Amino acid sequence: MTASFTILAAITVAGMAAAMGLRNAVHCVLALTVGFAGIAALYLQLGAQFVGFTQVLVYVGAVAILAVFAIMMTQSRPSATPAPRAPLWAAGGAVAAAVFAVLAWAIHSNALSVQALPPQPEAAPSATVQQIGDALMHRFVLPLEIVGLLLTAALIGAVVIAMGRREEMK
Amino acid sequence: MTQTLDQIFVLAKHWLLGFLPAAIQPFCSALLSVVAIILVFATLFAITTWLERKGLGRMQNRLGPNRVGPCGLLQPLADGIKSLTKEDIVPAAADHAVHFMAPVLLVAASFLGYAVLPIGRNMVLTNLNAGVLYFFAVGSLMELAVFMAGWSSRSKYSLLGAMRAIAQMISYEVPLVLASIVVILHTGSLSTVAIVDRQAVYTGIWPHWFVFTPWGLAGFVLFMVAATAESNRSPFDLPEGESEIIAGYYIEYSGFKFALFFLGEYIGMFATSAMAITLFLGGWAAPFSFLTWVPSYLWFFAKLLAIISAFIWVRGTLPRLRMDQLMNLAWQFMLPMTLINLLAAGVWQFMPAGVARWPVCAAIVAVPFLLLARGLKQKRKFQLRTYRFSQ
Amino acid sequence: MNPLQGYLLLSALLFSIGLAGALLRRNAILVLIGIELMLNAANLNFIAFWRYGPVPAALTGIMFTIFSIAVAAAEAAVGLAIILAAYRHSRTTDLDRMDSLKG
Repeated sequence: MTASFTILAAITVAGMAAAMGLRNAVHCVLALTVGFAGIAALYLQLGAQFVGFTQVLVYVGAVAILAVFAIMMTQSRPSATPAPRAPLWAAGGAVAAAVFAVLAWAIHSNALSVQALPPQPEAAPSATVQQIGDALMHRFVLPLEIVGLLLTAALIGAVVIAMGRREEMK
Repeated sequence: MTQTLDQIFVLAKHWLLGFLPAAIQPFCSALLSVVAIILVFATLFAITTWLERKGLGRMQNRLGPNRVGPCGLLQPLADGIKSLTKEDIVPAAADHAVHFMAPVLLVAASFLGYAVLPIGRNMVLTNLNAGVLYFFAVGSLMELAVFMAGWSSRSKYSLLGAMRAIAQMISYEVPLVLASIVVILHTGSLSTVAIVDRQAVYTGIWPHWFVFTPWGLAGFVLFMVAATAESNRSPFDLPEGESEIIAGYYIEYSGFKFALFFLGEYIGMFATSAMAITLFLGGWAAPFSFLTWVPSYLWFFAKLLAIISAFIWVRGTLPRLRMDQLMNLAWQFMLPMTLINLLAAGVWQFMPAGVARWPVCAAIVAVPFLLLARGLKQKRKFQLRTYRFSQ
Repeated sequence: MNPLQGYLLLSALLFSIGLAGALLRRNAILVLIGIELMLNAANLNFIAFWRYGPVPAALTGIMFTIFSIAVAAAEAAVGLAIILAAYRHSRTTDLDRMDSLKG
């Protein structure tokens, strides 16, 4: 439990909570990018450099931008999104709180046998780009190809869905 | 002697750090490097604004700034004082917090990329294992800053400018990354230091710069075109097209915040140019083996100034594109060409070293280029333009 | 507390925040963002288990996270495209008002 972890965790949780709680949808996405950047910093702290930078590239650079574009296209006026109704608010909050309580209990009561893990060296295990590339090209080559296919399909599918029919575009 | 001259800044930093207690040395070392980078590139920004105004003036048959200082050299200083003393106007309807944060984020994001750029031998802030990936990751933060600026101003011109800018930056980021991948394919490393080290070797007097290979040359040209679009410079300066949307996403900014946008844009341009130098032009390596006695950082800045001059030249020469031309160039020409270039680099990698792979790889790049250019040209027929919105 | 437990707790908290957002928000885009958040919380778990797990050399956690990021990006693109198509049809992104089955 180091100071850097506490600070990063606080930033991440604050960003994510603001992303889910703010009224203005664009503010939500901007807060979300803070949360994503916080998660990327946590990855760096854990020694996963490649994943951290990928996180920034994909989530901050692509997903967040995509989300604000979608908000721009669907909201003609910069109006605040309506707040949920009170009973719904209570029920949803209760479900989320219950999920967190169960997970926290599981983590604390060693139900996941966390303590049984071998003692760890302080230095992070190495995951250089070289090692990741080797693993992607040998052990994980089939998933890699499938993900490539999936991304192509998603790209074409997203364009087709978002473009709509020709007559509608007028 | 040449060794000392080459490493003089590194030695100076170590000498300065010697006075400090060991506990804060790593922190102070990083701080010193960061301050040095910011100062040097901010000065370069000042010089570039002068150079650009002078050069554009000459190309347009006028003198350019010539009132402040000798040859107008103190003009950037005057501009800085002017922008500092101007009133900072924020639109009443603007989203104040976001409006304030946008220029700050833009400048911060544009400076972040310099952390992995090797300016000279042993002169790099951090030698990250995934350096090139880091560079493109922080580059994508600039899109967010542009969006924040355009959206928070609550002005239709700035919003349109931001939309254009983001669409352009996202479209050209794809060829930018794909064009640089050929270098990574060849070096087998994402570390910028390793990439430069691979190029700083010589056969006879000739260096092993990647630009001197068929795929490297094509990659360099594609990278530079994409970099021009990425930094919103002419002929791709639609986001700030004065005749269409006045000044684009920073129209509602005034005074020092406007200057910050200006700074961020130029710093970002220097960063992508420096990345092009690192990837294709040998970084700090000398162009001939008998010139290696010249300090490495001088070569780096000479190359950077050459690229900046080319940017100014292009800006003075080419007219602005239309939006559909811009998008067609990115998706119909740049993207296929970068993919073909990737194929050429792969063939180069697996062919035996010798003379044979030169014509083969050159043909792999050149033939599709000619076919693609001809195909795109034939498709474009001149037709009567209808102006739907102006009637 | 074990450092791994800290990460797991943080991830559980983020997952709950994302779940609350996905359940409570009425804007379809924000619901999608809540789902992205839950995915991110799971990714954090994978990286934490890789870091403190018994065989970090196998890189399984990192690989899983990389693939998960790729799939999540595809999911976000298709999801937002569907929201745009639905918006064109019903002129709203409010999930409570997208309640007619008839096209």
